[in-house]
Amino acid sequence: MSDKPKVAFYWCASCGGCEETVVDLEEKILDVVAAVDIVFWPVALDFKRKDVEAMADGSILAAFVNGAIRTTEQEEMAHLLRKKSNLLIAFGACAQLGGVPGLANSWDRQALLKAVYREAPSTVNPEGTAPQAEFADHGRNLTLPTLFDTVKTLDQTVPVDYFVPGCPPTPKLLLQAVQTLLSGKLPEKGTVLAPDTALCEECPRKDTRPEKLVIKEWKRPHQILIDPEKCLLAQGLLCLGSATRGGCEALCVEGNMPCSGCFGPTSRVRDYGSKALSSLASIVDSKDEAEIDKILAQIPDPVGTLYRYSMPASPLRRKKLEVH
Amino acid sequence: MPDKTFEPKIVAFFCNWCTYMAADSAGVSRMKYAPNARVVRLMCSGRIDPQFVLDAFAKGADGVLIGGCHPGDCHYQEGNYKTLRRVQLLKRVLKEMGIEEERFRLEWISAAEAERLRATMNDMVEKVRALGPLRLSNKEVMREEVAV
Repeated sequence: MSDKPKVAFYWCASCGGCEETVVDLEEKILDVVAAVDIVFWPVALDFKRKDVEAMADGSILAAFVNGAIRTTEQEEMAHLLRKKSNLLIAFGACAQLGGVPGLANSWDRQALLKAVYREAPSTVNPEGTAPQAEFADHGRNLTLPTLFDTVKTLDQTVPVDYFVPGCPPTPKLLLQAVQTLLSGKLPEKGTVLAPDTALCEECPRKDTRPEKLVIKEWKRPHQILIDPEKCLLAQGLLCLGSATRGGCEALCVEGNMPCSGCFGPTSRVRDYGSKALSSLASIVDSKDEAEIDKILAQIPDPVGTLYRYSMPASPLRRKKLEVH
Repeated sequence: MPDKTFEPKIVAFFCNWCTYMAADSAGVSRMKYAPNARVVRLMCSGRIDPQFVLDAFAKGADGVLIGGCHPGDCHYQEGNYKTLRRVQLLKRVLKEMGIEEERFRLEWISAAEAERLRATMNDMVEKVRALGPLRLSNKEVMREEVAV
């Protein structure tokens, strides 16, 4: 057994994009593998849960867990990796803030299962088959994890040491995070391992942002020909860069698309969505209630827009549950 | 059936120059009105961060009332217009999060309008009382259904 520090990667409720980030390290992954042993990485290596269970508590230097927590299995794995790891890192927007799967908190479990197994136009399910937690087949008892009503972030499940933001985080941030953890000079617990300034600070269009920015009409990217040089917010596009932590090096803006906020808030902000709301609403150029409403109606889905990556991390966490 | 023992908790954010003065004047004039509000005084309604409103609901408020100067009367010229814009968008967010619109109100109440303050407070308390408690406690928010 080598005495290199051990690292684990795991995914919970996520799309797999965060795993891509590891692959996107390209040849730099060789430097990582030279410095650490990857002892668990289900997406790429054949280790099982029982292998992790057999490890000594705290024997993994760092576990990078991506994805939100919305099933019993994910919750168990979060607890297991917490126990086996010295440092637990919430990797990516879903683990940090709930991410896109967190938008499921606008519904409850019953409504979700009904939509997917009965109502979706593409669903063919004449027998009304629905997922079961237990199922007996030929004398064998099969079990499946169950879904929660509420999607949680990783740190609403187990204590988390550090966060790496992004949907997904960039390979550069991952490499920096690994180097930081290996250096032994650990930042304060709870630190988000990314710059602590708004995206506008590193935006290549920063200088084209007007001194006084006001909006008479919100536009969506398919409605206009977007000027590739000019501040996107000044063009009336819903660019969330001013409310969002930097560190992505303005990837979306470089692609001529507005920031949708995946890096979440800076350290001075507790709730991303309400800060983004505050900054967008206050620049609406009207003092008349009816006109303000008309302009704001051009933001068709405020919750999905402002909380695209962070509904479970907001103070309300979810849409109010109807008591059944 | 409305719960007769239920006393709504209202968190009220009042601006220093108008609505708080109205509340002060209501007090000095010994007006009687529903005692359900916990008043937070801020220098301007424009200081009210939407985070405050969400925090109030998340921590047990059944209703949130914002009071500011009438349009055109803001001590800082534009603060109340910014509040108005934020509130209009926040109302849509709260509605989508399942919080009834009667639970969140913005009212312009000048320093001379103690009577209006009294009426607003009574009206809001009655409407929230009719809705019942918000029941957003963390325990319920995190309700997990393990059985299928």
